[in-house]
Amino acid sequence: MSYKTDYNRVAGLGRAGEGVHHFWVQRVTSIALVPLTILFLIPFGRALGGGYEALVATYSSFGNALTAALFLGVAAWHFAIGMQVVIEDYFQGGTRLVLLVLNKLVSFALGAAGVFAIATILFSA
Amino acid sequence: MGRQERGTNMADVNRGNRPLSPHLQVYRLPLVAKISIMTRITGVALGAPALLIVWWFVAGAYSPEYFAVADGLLSSLLGKIVLIAGLWALWFHFANGIRHFVFDLGRGFDLPTVAKTNWLVIGASVLLTVLTLLLV
Repeated sequence: MSYKTDYNRVAGLGRAGEGVHHFWVQRVTSIALVPLTILFLIPFGRALGGGYEALVATYSSFGNALTAALFLGVAAWHFAIGMQVVIEDYFQGGTRLVLLVLNKLVSFALGAAGVFAIATILFSA
Repeated sequence: MGRQERGTNMADVNRGNRPLSPHLQVYRLPLVAKISIMTRITGVALGAPALLIVWWFVAGAYSPEYFAVADGLLSSLLGKIVLIAGLWALWFHFANGIRHFVFDLGRGFDLPTVAKTNWLVIGASVLLTVLTLLLV
């Protein structure tokens, strides 16, 4: 038998043991993405279609590389937890479990690939 | 008889002659709900252009020759269609994301405001897409 009070047994435990953490991260990443989206789109749109020289000229700039890496990283995080809610809403049982794991793996692999690719372009320029 | 059990029985007595809550299959969704669903759809769909853009960067890190393939495909007609659709999806998700953030703060819930911000979100998504295409 536990000697904990009823309050202490449940304090900090939300519906699924993590309270509002998921909701909170979704909002914090969305706030971060407001300026990052704009800072990413302008140099990216200008470099797109301009060949290798345009890519190197744009992303050998530390500011452009940093904002693009932050954008892709935070967007991957935002996408991962957003897709998690979508999967939880429409899938059950084993399918849900497989999709939830695949979602996290693919989302974070994509984010990491983007960040490392941008760093490679920055450092090799 | 427990409290929960008694409550269930009381609900059963009235079943059939009490109003049912709006059901998705028979209820015409208001515009704000359609926009909300579109925000989820655009969020999921944005995975496709995101994949292309990450591929573009990875190709650039790999070699100039491989980058030429990725850059060529993304600036081809098909690539442009996907990226422009993605751009609109991004701005739509962006605009309604901000509105839902304001909803989360407990503001903007009254019907006249919702009716106005419905069209503000739709207009902003189109305007921002056109502006991005013109200026970037």
